[in-house]
Amino acid sequence: MKIRFEKREKKPSKLLIFLASLLSVLIALVFLGFIILSLGDNPLTAYWQLVSWGLGTVPGLIQSLVSMMPLLFTSLGVLIAFKMKLWNIGAEGQFQMGAFAATWGALYLFPHLTNPWFFIPLLMMLGMVAGAFWGFLPGVMRAYLGVNEILSTLMLNYVAIYWVNYLTYGPWKGPHSYNFPVTAQFPQSAIFPQYGVGGLNLGIFISIGMAFFVLYLVRYTKFGFHLNIAGDNLRVGEYAGINVKKMIILVMVMGGAISGLGGMAEMSGVLFRLQPNFSPGYGYTAVIIAWLARLDPIATIIVSFFFGVLLVGSQQLQLFMQIPSSLVNAFNGILLFSLLASEIFLHYKIKWVRS
Amino acid sequence: MNETVLELTKIVKRFPSLTANDNVDFDLKKGEVHALLGENGAGKSTLMNIVYGIYKADSGDVKINGKKVEISSPRKAIEYGIGMIQQHFSLVPSFDVTQNVALGLKDLGIIPDLSKVKKQIIEISKKYKISVDPDAKIWQISAGEQQRVEIIKLLYVKSQIMILDEPTAILTPQEAEGLFETIREMTKNGASVIFISHKLKEVLEISDRITVLRHGKVIGSVKTSETDENELAKMMVGREVVIKIEKPPSKASGEILKVDDLHVMNDKGLEAVKGVSFDVRSGEVLGIAGVEGNGQKELSEALYGMRNYRGTVTVEGIRVKPGNVMDRIKHHVAYIPQDRKADALCGGLPIYQNLFIKAFSSPSMRFNPYFFVPERLRSPSLKFIKDYSISASSVDLEAKFLSGGNMQKVVLAREIGNNSPKLIIAVHPTRGLDVGAEEFVYNVLMDQKARGAAILLIAGDLFEIFNLSDRVAVLYEGQIIGYSQPDESHLEEIGLMMAGVKK
Repeated sequence: MKIRFEKREKKPSKLLIFLASLLSVLIALVFLGFIILSLGDNPLTAYWQLVSWGLGTVPGLIQSLVSMMPLLFTSLGVLIAFKMKLWNIGAEGQFQMGAFAATWGALYLFPHLTNPWFFIPLLMMLGMVAGAFWGFLPGVMRAYLGVNEILSTLMLNYVAIYWVNYLTYGPWKGPHSYNFPVTAQFPQSAIFPQYGVGGLNLGIFISIGMAFFVLYLVRYTKFGFHLNIAGDNLRVGEYAGINVKKMIILVMVMGGAISGLGGMAEMSGVLFRLQPNFSPGYGYTAVIIAWLARLDPIATIIVSFFFGVLLVGSQQLQLFMQIPSSLVNAFNGILLFSLLASEIFLHYKIKWVRS
Repeated sequence: MNETVLELTKIVKRFPSLTANDNVDFDLKKGEVHALLGENGAGKSTLMNIVYGIYKADSGDVKINGKKVEISSPRKAIEYGIGMIQQHFSLVPSFDVTQNVALGLKDLGIIPDLSKVKKQIIEISKKYKISVDPDAKIWQISAGEQQRVEIIKLLYVKSQIMILDEPTAILTPQEAEGLFETIREMTKNGASVIFISHKLKEVLEISDRITVLRHGKVIGSVKTSETDENELAKMMVGREVVIKIEKPPSKASGEILKVDDLHVMNDKGLEAVKGVSFDVRSGEVLGIAGVEGNGQKELSEALYGMRNYRGTVTVEGIRVKPGNVMDRIKHHVAYIPQDRKADALCGGLPIYQNLFIKAFSSPSMRFNPYFFVPERLRSPSLKFIKDYSISASSVDLEAKFLSGGNMQKVVLAREIGNNSPKLIIAVHPTRGLDVGAEEFVYNVLMDQKARGAAILLIAGDLFEIFNLSDRVAVLYEGQIIGYSQPDESHLEEIGLMMAGVKK
């Protein structure tokens, strides 16, 4: 017997795609169960711990939303690039650069500003510009020098991460930090409005609004139409009179700006100060989220929330069951694998042939 | 020299859309160079892939040294002493020459002694006058040198039957001369060579016998000493039954396209179009004939702005910018590229969107760039589906699921139906189409001519050129070698020019 892959004659239906995604999550959960089992714990209890707090209680729900925000921003950032088949995995670096720029603005450039109506939009702009610049570099290198954007975005992530490390350990270390590598706290006028005590803040609503903006952009504009054309076939893009090089740069810049705004929102909305490792790899999880959402901006909101719940739940696991929270990273990895595998099943039929 | 080493009888290979080999007979004698000549798509590579075990023939026999064999894989082929150099090399770029040669060897043991391999390589390169540096990394050496490494790989395992698929396509004339010398050396040592090509001159230079394929059939087999370029060109292009179409008389008026001293580079950075000048007037079809690979692709892409060039191109007296497609679209230039799947259609997008790919660049369409709902293109696309009789189950069908003929109709509908082009650049517009679709394309082009469009037709099929054009220019090695009349009485003259013989 031999296995043969045959191309499907039709596009997979929406339902089939949804089921495939669901199945991928289930497979990843089963694998996760084995890992938990090997740690000597009951997987079912662990699953319950994983979701019960983040979904079942009001403070937990708010916490999940707070965790969703950076994931949603970075997922939307990579989504735009993925639409054009540009493998931007630089959301992490763009996110960090956004946080850096916001901190720079809040603590060093304009420390005397007191009007939040002016200050906060200014910081948002700064975060977007910094993220955009971090997307612009690989974009230009891809468009004009043919440098693979996977490598350049990945490497720029490290530049950004170490830049933040340098600043927080060195020149930007706060005066009241007891020698911990954290900057001073943002002034009150640079902080997003907070609603209640759970951490619910304006940034969450901006991130959801951004998802709708991205939906508009990719579905209902000339830009989105050209994105689809160039994403399907770059040469046809050129043939249709689209300036493909400009488009590549624009797409990377926009993705970077959105991720950069995410970094700013994390500072102004949640952490209020820059510190090393303030991101547990949001920009990498974003790649998985964008895929799981099949590059649909609205689905991205839901999937980001799901990952927010997991992130919160993993802390619960650690707290109550002494299971390392990095287990979620293992889950993410397995999930990405099963998602990629499901792509094959969506586009090919499997046939058994007698040889 | 009379011993037959390879014999193919009645080889048939069908693909879903065409018959690539139709009862092909072919034989190879010891120590000879047997050329397989034919246009692209004639079935040469398919036939050789069958010999090399990449494809399996639907029917027919393969005999090696008189014995019937079943070649099920390239590995089997190598065991039978067959070696093939494909157009795309199979070398590992980060390995050096010695390592690449060693890769395919079986008897090296677990820890290979590469110095032995290297010594042998040096011996072979001396014996066959092949200059290679055994220590050079593949990525550092030129395509010509990489080809020599492939040859050494074959010589190392003592292949007796060597298949070279379009080996000179990537070579400079000097390198080609070197290759020929190596081939002569190899045959002198008892190897037999099958030389695949569509270039008449080199085939005449290197081969002992020539077999011509056309549309998957053997047209004839001749001794090289008993033939000439003229006869070969005729065999290659051939006569066939074509649909007669009504060719309206030329009412050529104002000059639309003017090309002056155009120089274009190919992807390898070599000059492919070397100073071409011509013009096309309104209501006229200029046919550009020529054997493929003489600069047609580069010429058409340059004219449409998808490739940079030196020289001037003017449309209706206005000079258009090199490498700027928008400039062409604004001046009502339509383009029907030779590879519609790769260059003109988004396979993953539905038909109705493919019909409007130029929604924002075409001067005849106005859409709001800030509120554009692609789904609203569905109903206007129905008109094109009807006018161009595109047969598809729905406008939502993705373009990649269309047949070749319907794909071409989508391209025509978009390029011609959407606006009234002043200039149409059509490259191999009927390649791979069935007779019905071919006729449709001809009629569309002739309607446009009658309407007053200037048409530049670049085609390989001479009868297509005769059927449609008012003047014929022949492109040879990137230059227009001469003009002729689209008339069968000029077939011989055109054939000779296609082979590079000046009037």
